[in-house]
Amino acid sequence: MARSFNIRRQTGFTAIAMTCFVLLYMPIILLVVYSFNSGTSIAIWEGFSWRWYQSAWQNEQVQAATVRSLVIALWASAIATTVAVLAALATTRTRKFKGQSAVFAMINQPLMVPEIVTAVALLIFFAMIKVATGYTGLLYLIIAHSAFCIPFAYLPIRARLQGMDLNLEQAAADLYATPFQVFRRITLPQLWPGILAGAMLAFVISLDDVVITEFVKSAGQDTLPTYMLGQLRRVVTPEINAISTVLLGISVTFVIIFTVLGKIKK
Amino acid sequence: MTDLATPQERRAARNRWLLLAPALTILIIAASGPLLITLVYSFLSAGDYGGVEWQFSWSAWFNVFMERDIFDDTLGFSDAHLSIFWRSVKLSLMTTLLCLFFGFPTAYFIATRPKKQRDLWMLLIIIPFWTNLLIRTFAVVELIRNEGTVNTLLIWTGIIDEPIQMLFTEFSILVGMVYVYLPLMVLPLYASMERLDFSLVEAGYDLYATRIKVLRRVILPLVKPGVIAGSILVFVPSLGAYVTPRVMGGGNQLMIGNLIELQFGQGRNWPLGAALSITLLAIVMIALLAYVRTAGEEDTRHG
Repeated sequence: MARSFNIRRQTGFTAIAMTCFVLLYMPIILLVVYSFNSGTSIAIWEGFSWRWYQSAWQNEQVQAATVRSLVIALWASAIATTVAVLAALATTRTRKFKGQSAVFAMINQPLMVPEIVTAVALLIFFAMIKVATGYTGLLYLIIAHSAFCIPFAYLPIRARLQGMDLNLEQAAADLYATPFQVFRRITLPQLWPGILAGAMLAFVISLDDVVITEFVKSAGQDTLPTYMLGQLRRVVTPEINAISTVLLGISVTFVIIFTVLGKIKK
Repeated sequence: MTDLATPQERRAARNRWLLLAPALTILIIAASGPLLITLVYSFLSAGDYGGVEWQFSWSAWFNVFMERDIFDDTLGFSDAHLSIFWRSVKLSLMTTLLCLFFGFPTAYFIATRPKKQRDLWMLLIIIPFWTNLLIRTFAVVELIRNEGTVNTLLIWTGIIDEPIQMLFTEFSILVGMVYVYLPLMVLPLYASMERLDFSLVEAGYDLYATRIKVLRRVILPLVKPGVIAGSILVFVPSLGAYVTPRVMGGGNQLMIGNLIELQFGQGRNWPLGAALSITLLAIVMIALLAYVRTAGEEDTRHG
């Protein structure tokens, strides 16, 4: 055989893969491009302008929704990450314990149960509490977000913890370090890439949530995604594109940092 | 058992539960607990203005699939609900198949790149995966709406005179779901293809197999766990999809998720909504259990 035969090649696969990448990115790129359109159309290009970013920036509803989204995401990711670190410490590097599968099922529940089901369940439960206490503040959204962020924070932290060397902690304990000292001086410094990755994932997941927020929020508690969902029913202007582009930018930045963090070895 | 535990072991167990307590408390308040209450609600009767009457009733579960004829009071299957269930299952299966069609070659393409390039190609799959589902759905809406890019382009080139109505059809929901869930197919497929042993492929060619035969008889059986995992990962969220059918279906092409929402809005039938939610959850759990069992069998066969 004169012609080299590539055993890895499959007819048509490269073409389909390329189509796939184009289809995956074309809508997103168009969305970003038209956020800079100077006209009101999202299909006819009329020239470059920052107009829609300015109008989104000055839109009071968008401002309020942005602040609310950030407050919820910061609280939820902080809470979820903190409890996830504790949970990861309790469930990693130990022998199988009683109730282990129940604990894992509970932590992973937000990943397995369809979002709409969780959303409805929270609507029912929080409606009961709202009637009983009269409180309708942001706390419901923060608790709901914290809960579904827990597995996203837990998984990278646990993965990091599993890859860590037990000997160092053993050595510290042998040198009469208290358990808290061991945690602060040995475990935590090694764990931080995992914690940061988990916190960032939780933050992005909270920031992007639509379904659960839509069902849990009280009147006037729109976050950016639920505000956008409401706007989609009306005539859409590139203002939505501008907001989307900003949110996309945040997600992409976080994903790239997250990927880099994953590569940091000890 | 507990009698045999040493004091150290008992202390370790106590510490473990103390460390787990905060996480479990939040999850009980905002995940498991509400789910149990939903189950209870599905056995209550509906209040007149939403909410429930605390009175036991089977009617919500009865109404999931059946309805009483308003004229002659006879029982029959609920056509409206059945057609929505059928649409959900049909669209989810089609989404899974299309994702497989596009995802399989893509994952294979990435897995056969030189090692250094693979991470970069995978990043291109992961970025959409972590970006807002609503935004991605909206990006597709802009593309296919009547005054959107595709129609504008087709009219401009003179291929059509009138815009084609693509949005608010089953077709648009399907396009949206394939677009949104495709990364979920590629990720596990890639994971199993990356470990593919190409000496087996080579052996196939040495034995005069054609490319298609190698694909069907060598590659496909080897990456079957990835195919199953990807299919489950796409099928499960498709079945419970809410945002994509709401935005793409425009209110007249409902899926189960939208039917559930309806019961808490205009429908004002919370117990029915609760029963429908539990039904959806049950279907999803069956799919997941089936997956766990096949995955387990694969493991024992190879190990």
